[in-house]
Amino acid sequence: MRLVIALPYLWLVVFFLLPLGLVLGLSLATNAPDLAPPVELGLSFASFKLLFTDDLYLAAWLSSLRIAATSTLVCLLLGYPMAYAIARATPPRRPLLLMLVILPFWTSFLIRVYAWMGLLAENGILNQFLRWSGLMSDPGTILGTEWAIHLGIVYAYLPFMVLPLYTALEKLDWSLLEAASDLGARPLPAFLTVTLPLSLPGIVAGCLLVFIPAVGEFVIPDLLGGTRTLMIGKVLWDEFFTNSDWPLASAVAICLLILLVGPILLFQRQQQRSLERT
Amino acid sequence: MSGPIVKIDGVAKSFGAVQAVAGVDLEIARGELFALLGGSGCGKTTLLRMLAGFETPDSGRIVIDGQDMTGVPPHLRPVNMMFQSYALFPHLDVANNVGYGLKREGVAKTEIAERVAAALALVKLDGLGARRPAQLSGGQRQRVALARALVKRPKLLLLDEPLAALDRKLREGTRFELVRLQEQLELTFVMVTHDQEEAMGMASRLAVMKDGRIVQTGTPHDVYERPATRFVADFIGVANILQTAPRRWLALRPEKIVLAANRPATAHAATGKIVDIAYEGDRSLYRVAIGNGPVMLVAQMNTERVRESHRRGDAVWLGWSDDAGQPLEE
Repeated sequence: MRLVIALPYLWLVVFFLLPLGLVLGLSLATNAPDLAPPVELGLSFASFKLLFTDDLYLAAWLSSLRIAATSTLVCLLLGYPMAYAIARATPPRRPLLLMLVILPFWTSFLIRVYAWMGLLAENGILNQFLRWSGLMSDPGTILGTEWAIHLGIVYAYLPFMVLPLYTALEKLDWSLLEAASDLGARPLPAFLTVTLPLSLPGIVAGCLLVFIPAVGEFVIPDLLGGTRTLMIGKVLWDEFFTNSDWPLASAVAICLLILLVGPILLFQRQQQRSLERT
Repeated sequence: MSGPIVKIDGVAKSFGAVQAVAGVDLEIARGELFALLGGSGCGKTTLLRMLAGFETPDSGRIVIDGQDMTGVPPHLRPVNMMFQSYALFPHLDVANNVGYGLKREGVAKTEIAERVAAALALVKLDGLGARRPAQLSGGQRQRVALARALVKRPKLLLLDEPLAALDRKLREGTRFELVRLQEQLELTFVMVTHDQEEAMGMASRLAVMKDGRIVQTGTPHDVYERPATRFVADFIGVANILQTAPRRWLALRPEKIVLAANRPATAHAATGKIVDIAYEGDRSLYRVAIGNGPVMLVAQMNTERVRESHRRGDAVWLGWSDDAGQPLEE
């Protein structure tokens, strides 16, 4: 019995606490390019100080938050009608529709992002089509812009929005909407006063599930965003692999963690509350 | 305004291949407590939902208070409904549930508060306005649903199986409560129920439905004492249905038959043997086999206290008068 309980704790210690301690330790070390590994352990806050004083990092933070927030909003606006339609579909059709939402997961995430590169590149499929059809003779290139990053994040994370929204909407008792209508509510007020508040747990869960990973996203900005857009995940990668500045990269990781603890706690409290309610 | 409050003209509705309502004509007068009575799948709920506007008739039309309801959505109808599940908004407290309809109408806040308080007082829920539906008992939830439907003073209140979700004890009291409210407010109630006792005990008039059609309309007394068809005679209460000639039957209620040791002085009499007795305290139900023929059900009040009147296996006489039974042709 004890062994069974101890196992997950052991797992957490080995694969969570230990690495976290390591990263925390590294973030307080100083960079030593001549050593291998290139760190000199110590208790220096230089890396953190640099993070908060250098405009480059601040800009990366802000653009990460901005891109994650707008992508989350777009996911919500696209995902809500999708989830609503699936929840209102006849029960035999729902599994098929949900399957279609989950289907992209069958292909590797990386390959799907590469596919977007092929679509959006200068001589990509989209531009070839535009030229061929005569719609645009000189289309610009989406690849390498912030548009491409938004597109990639929305595409990749939309299922994480749709699924919790569906779960919330599927539980909704539709006779409540009939009651609202019976009491004189037009369709829009009925939606705003009944459907929306009752699906709020799903909205919060979906937004956090998209926002949290999107802030630290690295693959999408690296492959689709080119060099012009700074996102914090990419900065972390560059500091670690290109500049070999392990302490600075670790400091970025720690800050990212602290930044996201708030939303994660919010998410967990929401989950707890919806568990208690049922 | 005079004339019927509800006029249903040749209304039919199908769901795919299933015909739920197959041509119904019905008029309901102002101030009635009208019951639509029938088994599951008889079309009573579909008819009620068409009155509310949740379903659209395939053909025919519904007129409420002189206004043709064709194409009028639920939120514009002068009708409110109490749902079988009550459909209370779980995220709103009782006061906001009851006040929901008034708020949508744009009624001033102070007036909403007053009318909500009055509606809650009407259903004896004073002071519970701040509770959430989840914090209420089943009976209290039912009364919140009623207050919410009444607060807008609809021309027509629709009740979908209003007592079905209550336990037996509560149902008795609520039955009288609903009738009291209906009379006090001088509103027209249309209720749907599968429970004939409920319909008989509450309604001023009722319609018995079967297979999407109305089989008989009348007062509870009419329908019980003069059933139009064998189905109605059998569905409402208990009846002995005796075949008197080809395609001719007689519906005879158990309590209209006398049971005696000797031949009673009634116009009709038959002799038989008691095969079963169900003692119910106030009365007993006897199953009496008439020769090799039918087994008749007879009810007798137990007016004597000291001894049991009859025993199983006794040979007895049954008697009934000329007008005791209702002749049926269908």
